Amino acid sequence: MSQTLTLRSARFRSEREADWQTLEALLTRIERGGARSLSADEMIALPRAYRAALSALSVARETSLDKGTTDYLEALCTRAYFAVYGNKEKLSSRLYGFFAEGWPSAVRALWRETLVSLVLSLLGVAVAYLLVSSDADWYYSFMPGELAGGRSPASSTESLREGLYHDGGASGLSVFAAFLLSNNARVAIFAFALGFAFCVPTVALLIYNGCALGAFYALYVERGLGVELTGWLFIHGVTELFAIVLAGAAGLKIGTALAFPGACSRLDAAAEAGRQAAGVIAGVVVMLAIAALLEGFGRQLVTSDLARFAIAGVTAVLWGTYFYAPRPAAEEPA
Amino acid sequence: MSAGVKTRERSLITPEGVDLRLKLGEAGARAGAFLLDLTFMLIALIVVTVLLIVAFSQLGAAPGASGRADAFAVVWILFFFVLRSFYFTGFEIGPRAATPGKRLLGLRVAARDGGRLSPLGVLARNAMREVELFLPLSFLLSDAVGVDALISIVALVWCGIFVLFPLFNRDRLRAGDLIGGTWVIEAPRRKLLPDLSAAAASDAYAFTTAALDAYGIKELHVLEDVLRAKDDATLKAVAERIRAKIGRPAKPGEADAAFLEAYYQALRGRLEGRLLFGQRRADKHAR
Repeated sequence: MSQTLTLRSARFRSEREADWQTLEALLTRIERGGARSLSADEMIALPRAYRAALSALSVARETSLDKGTTDYLEALCTRAYFAVYGNKEKLSSRLYGFFAEGWPSAVRALWRETLVSLVLSLLGVAVAYLLVSSDADWYYSFMPGELAGGRSPASSTESLREGLYHDGGASGLSVFAAFLLSNNARVAIFAFALGFAFCVPTVALLIYNGCALGAFYALYVERGLGVELTGWLFIHGVTELFAIVLAGAAGLKIGTALAFPGACSRLDAAAEAGRQAAGVIAGVVVMLAIAALLEGFGRQLVTSDLARFAIAGVTAVLWGTYFYAPRPAAEEPA
Repeated sequence: MSAGVKTRERSLITPEGVDLRLKLGEAGARAGAFLLDLTFMLIALIVVTVLLIVAFSQLGAAPGASGRADAFAVVWILFFFVLRSFYFTGFEIGPRAATPGKRLLGLRVAARDGGRLSPLGVLARNAMREVELFLPLSFLLSDAVGVDALISIVALVWCGIFVLFPLFNRDRLRAGDLIGGTWVIEAPRRKLLPDLSAAAASDAYAFTTAALDAYGIKELHVLEDVLRAKDDATLKAVAERIRAKIGRPAKPGEADAAFLEAYYQALRGRLEGRLLFGQRRADKHAR
């Protein structure tokens, strides 16, 4: 023992210093490359080193007045705690778990909100349909100019029919699809996040979205193009509208949890609802990507009504089965 | 320890039974981290745009000019979408649970209940950013001509409510933290500083017990900071204060730093000794 180390706390530190530095080096590697960058031996050494550091921290707090050491140990133990108890699952297996189980079960758990969201949208459709049918001027109140794309009660039936089969042209389809994805995904995220204001903006968004659809329908049905419009809309609309209804449901979930937290505290209820709703939203973005592909490419390239209805039907069945079909009980975790 | 630090301290007891005493990130640091991240995103966007322009102009004119412009637009729109939607989420899901801006300022995201940080919680906390900031900002910035003043004012108020939200609750929660069940804590990477008591101590300084009872733990920690900072003027002033307090005039040729180091070591030894008997003397006013 060296002459200068007279204090007990200094001896305590010099005996353990090297272990702490080893732990620190391990942590730096984990934070850089994930837990998989450690060898088997190091994986075993990590929790041991972590517990040793924790115990050193407790001792140091009670017996050492060296602030440099206790501060260091506090920071080191916090880092180690998050590394030892944090998520170590691989991204790929996490993604697999999400699509195989997490997402459908999140959607199923929100069935009540999904129904409400659907009813609100249908309400919007019905109101706008009735209003525009009785007086075509209402159309302009429901349709923002850029969404209408030159389709209005003033257009001739021929040009409306033409629009259902030849809009855009083949060039620029991919740009259109990419734009749709980024735009619709944003709307879905808004529907989710606006639920924060106790559902009000989400409800408004859903009804408004329904209104645009209803006004559109009224215009085309009046000209006897109802069936053709259905094919044009639902080739991607099954996926897209379902996604928006789900996004609305996620927003409603958050809003109701904040307004009526039930037995939990408001904060806990919000966090729980947020996690559930985020599970739905992550999937909704994927749905919207598929919808954008169908809208950007499918709709422009498939112009037969029958084929359009077939695609719409198939997507409806696929999504319905994926989300709501009963599945075998979860296997025992490996 | 100042009152400010105490109010930011939150207890997290590990399964091993030790309190980690987490400290919440300061509002200023978080705002700084966010601005840094915005800057990084902007730089990434500019770099990618330039790279795309260079790449697509190099590719030759084979597929036709409009095809190339299309491909350019698709890649750019998708990149912008991914950057805007997943920059924060992507980094915070990673092992360090922090964006580059947060890392630079020694912050990280953690679950409020002390458990694992759920990726969905991170997603929720960052999806809220769209509504907190990006939506009203886009109202304010884009197409300011078409939007009337009322909407701009509403957007500004909206922005203000959400931006200042963390200042009006105890845990400095952003609206997104509330939904995600997360909070932002300090997670600095500290270096182990040398032990000051290991510095050369000579027996030339024999302090009396009375001289060592002049100060408490708080003063010891201040002295530690002074010794680590090694600022000559401060060292001199502090040394003079201590000499006056303990009534021990400077010997000829005595260096301030050496005196302070010796006093630090002796004081720490004395206070730690009392600690072992259960007497934690918080500061010089305590007995």
